[in-house]
Amino acid sequence: MSEEKKESLFSKKNRKLITDPLNKINPVTIQVLGICSALAVTVQMDNALIMAIAVTAVTTLGNVVISLMRNIIPSRIRIIVELVVVAFLVICVDQILKAYVYDVSKSLSVFVGLIITNCIIMGRLEAFALGNKPWESALDGIGNGFGYGLVLIVVAFFKEFFGSGALTIPGLGKLVLVPESFFDFGYMHNGLMLLPPSSLFIVAIYIWVQKSRNPELIGE
Amino acid sequence: MELVNLFIKSAFIENMIFTFFLGMCSYLAVSKTVKTAVGLGAAVIFVLLVTVPVNYLLETYVLKEGALAWLGSEYADVDLSFLSFIMFIAVIASIVQLVEMLVEKFSPSLYGALGIFLPLIAVNCAILGASLFMQQKQFSNVGEATVYGVGSGFGWFLAIVLIAAIREKIKYSHIPAPLKGVGMAFILTGLMGLAFLGFLGFEL
Repeated sequence: MSEEKKESLFSKKNRKLITDPLNKINPVTIQVLGICSALAVTVQMDNALIMAIAVTAVTTLGNVVISLMRNIIPSRIRIIVELVVVAFLVICVDQILKAYVYDVSKSLSVFVGLIITNCIIMGRLEAFALGNKPWESALDGIGNGFGYGLVLIVVAFFKEFFGSGALTIPGLGKLVLVPESFFDFGYMHNGLMLLPPSSLFIVAIYIWVQKSRNPELIGE
Repeated sequence: MELVNLFIKSAFIENMIFTFFLGMCSYLAVSKTVKTAVGLGAAVIFVLLVTVPVNYLLETYVLKEGALAWLGSEYADVDLSFLSFIMFIAVIASIVQLVEMLVEKFSPSLYGALGIFLPLIAVNCAILGASLFMQQKQFSNVGEATVYGVGSGFGWFLAIVLIAAIREKIKYSHIPAPLKGVGMAFILTGLMGLAFLGFLGFEL
């Protein structure tokens, strides 16, 4: 492959496909897609990381497959075709998770299966993969997967750090970050952070901060 | 009595929105007015009422390990549970299509009210989520599965109607501009979720 060819693969337009979903068109906070899993799997950092990787993989591969088939799918049955492709990929992901990280797969429970109905994936397939070439679609999938992962990691960090004073990172185990001496001064874990509603507050504050820094996003 | 307890448990204690965040996408998108919220909520109850029992029968007689024993002893140790995602979503997508056609044929007025929401429901996480939870809970008969489906649907209905009512009023309040709309809906849902946590203490 020549140098020129490589240059065009990562042209400015293509790089935007990856960087834009991280902030300006973040799938979770701005487009409000894929909220269900973003809020539910964030009690521990390792769950959030693995979920982010799984969603990125499914979005990217799904985008590529649909983009390759975009000219032969009849538009009337495209939703069913997309669902089948996504369901197939999710079954693969589920089997891989069960084989290699069984504990995480257990604690994610139904949310692995729910990747099928994650609106980010269907949204990207509908809005992007059906009208673009495989390479751009792959980049778009990676970008949106990372945008989703970024929110997951931020939420999981606050929830786990304030809720149990530790961060669980795959491969390293549970890292206790709050020293014992803090407790002598009356420091307490915030139990609310471990309960479901706190992720909603954290995402709301995330949106607040993001929109205050980018006032052009306030458009409703 | 068992069934009543199951209904209350699935509607309030294990509320789809406030405990599991299932179906949040359409919950946030369609909760701007009470009227549309009621329409979508009713459609969700209706679809759950049909899909959960159907998926239960599919799970019990086709997918579970040893479920194919009724075909003959040579099928007794077949385990098709890895196919459950694709089967469930296929059932949901086709039932939603079917329900849409039936409603259009027999009750045009209901179709007018639900029409645009029905196709949306196929990709609502709450529907697939209820089927997957049903699979985990291993109900003993189809009646329990049906009650669980209706209960979860009712909980979802309640949640979307409540938030729509609040959002209709809050339009006239002074909220910091970056928090308007979605941000505020998140905070409201969080506060309502805290209230719903109060149901956790009930012994049923």
